[in-house]
Amino acid sequence: MREKILTFIEKNSRIDLKELAVILGVDETTVMNELESMESEGIICGYHTLINWDKAGVEKVTALIEVRVTPQRGMGFDKVAERIYNYPEVNSVYLISGGFDLMVTLEGRTLREISQFVSDKLSALDQVLSTKTNFILKKYKDHGTVMAAKPKDERIMMA
Amino acid sequence: MRNPLSKTITTIEPSGIRKFFDIVSEMEDAISLGVGEPDFDTPWHIRDEGIYSLEKGRTFYTSNAGLKELKIEISKFLDRRYGLRYDANKEMLVTVGGSEAIDIAMRAMLDPGDEVLIPQPSYVSYVPCCVLANGTPVIIELKSENNFRLTAEELEAAITPKTKLLVLPFPNNPTGAVMERKDLEAIAAVIEKYDLFVLSDEIYSELTYLDNHVSIASLPGMRERTIVINGFSKSHAMTGWRLGYACGPEVIVKQMLKIHQFAIMCAPTTSQYAAVEALRNGDEDVKMMREEYNGRRRYLLKRFKEMGLSCFEPFGAFYVFPCIKEFGMTSDEFANELLRSKKVAVVPGTAFGNSGEGFIRISYAYSLDDLKLALGRVEEFITELREKQAGNA
Repeated sequence: MREKILTFIEKNSRIDLKELAVILGVDETTVMNELESMESEGIICGYHTLINWDKAGVEKVTALIEVRVTPQRGMGFDKVAERIYNYPEVNSVYLISGGFDLMVTLEGRTLREISQFVSDKLSALDQVLSTKTNFILKKYKDHGTVMAAKPKDERIMMA
Repeated sequence: MRNPLSKTITTIEPSGIRKFFDIVSEMEDAISLGVGEPDFDTPWHIRDEGIYSLEKGRTFYTSNAGLKELKIEISKFLDRRYGLRYDANKEMLVTVGGSEAIDIAMRAMLDPGDEVLIPQPSYVSYVPCCVLANGTPVIIELKSENNFRLTAEELEAAITPKTKLLVLPFPNNPTGAVMERKDLEAIAAVIEKYDLFVLSDEIYSELTYLDNHVSIASLPGMRERTIVINGFSKSHAMTGWRLGYACGPEVIVKQMLKIHQFAIMCAPTTSQYAAVEALRNGDEDVKMMREEYNGRRRYLLKRFKEMGLSCFEPFGAFYVFPCIKEFGMTSDEFANELLRSKKVAVVPGTAFGNSGEGFIRISYAYSLDDLKLALGRVEEFITELREKQAGNA
């Protein structure tokens, strides 16, 4: 049941609880209890809105920054990751296998804002060996959702 | 000039769905609940295989009966899903949709005067295909009190010495009814007693919400007298690819193959390659779509209950078939009025036979948001009808 609830709300977090219960074929209390306990267990970490900022006419710049760091004795990468993710402008921090260690995504209003963050804050950390900043030029798909306008229903209306 | 037309074809009425479609298509902002195909796109990995086969230049005919690798995948699929075992070489034929299979099965099996039992409400092509094959259609009117299942009594009552074939359209379009194992066992006894054959149209077999679909061909004694028709349109959201298949005893399939060979040559090659991928790696897609449909089905039934609209619980396909008899209108009048006043298009039950009178078909091959919007309008409509009725009383 948990997986079913999660699969549904991952794409549709605004659904009314009553409706969700009907769709899943269980009673409302079950859904409510499951949601509450998954929230308190940290399985559900938040309810967010996926925004196409381009369309909203708001200037935003997103960068994916590859960071190579020196792990610390006894802490591995966790300590340095924490120093990075505590910056509110940082969107996400992932530990990555391959040619670098951390993937940091960062959102800013301008290129300058991001480059300033990288030079003043990120690169200035002792454990950071090097960074490589990749700016996102266009988002085609985000969080499993295609950003382009939904195509019209072209099915014949009666069949 | 002489009449260029055959007497047979001129007696056949055009589809009742199309008649209504002409009205709907002229209305710009109508919301339709009339669509008879999935709202999902064909899963990308399947489309990708189709594209790949074109890139590779696989643009030739396949053998008449279909690609060997596809037939092998079909036989594995039928076995793993329904416990049906068919020889991919001799007992199977890949067709242009389930529709072609219906047509050629009738043409292969019927002689003038043979009676074909066709339960209704059901898909619109059985009667015309039967007539074109020189058969005589005999309608069995299914009843809402039986949840639109075919009972042994109804079947036996319709049998005459001329009866040869029974069409078994379950899971059913338009009612969403299914036949469970016990229902099939009851009619199988009658089929055997009167030595009938069965054309089992199982195109919606992957969309059942109670139990796994049971094919009548999997019952003892039934395999040798049944043609099973299935395809990819509904299960894998592949309507436009035009791909189906028929399985049955070699004696029948062999003759069907002749008609197919001369009329069609072979099913589209690109579609066949895509279908191989659908059967090899598509079970998860089907499951995902089934769960999605099931959620919508529950939602619709709940909404009907809230509206006080009577509707039996359908366990298959993607249709619900609510009863509108309380409003004192025919299905046609109800559908026309709903379209005119609320711009919501549904299909009158009578498009699927006279026994559909008093019912409408609502498809849930739409997103939940679309369904909510449309159902809101249906609710307004019936509330107004009831107020009018109360005012008149």
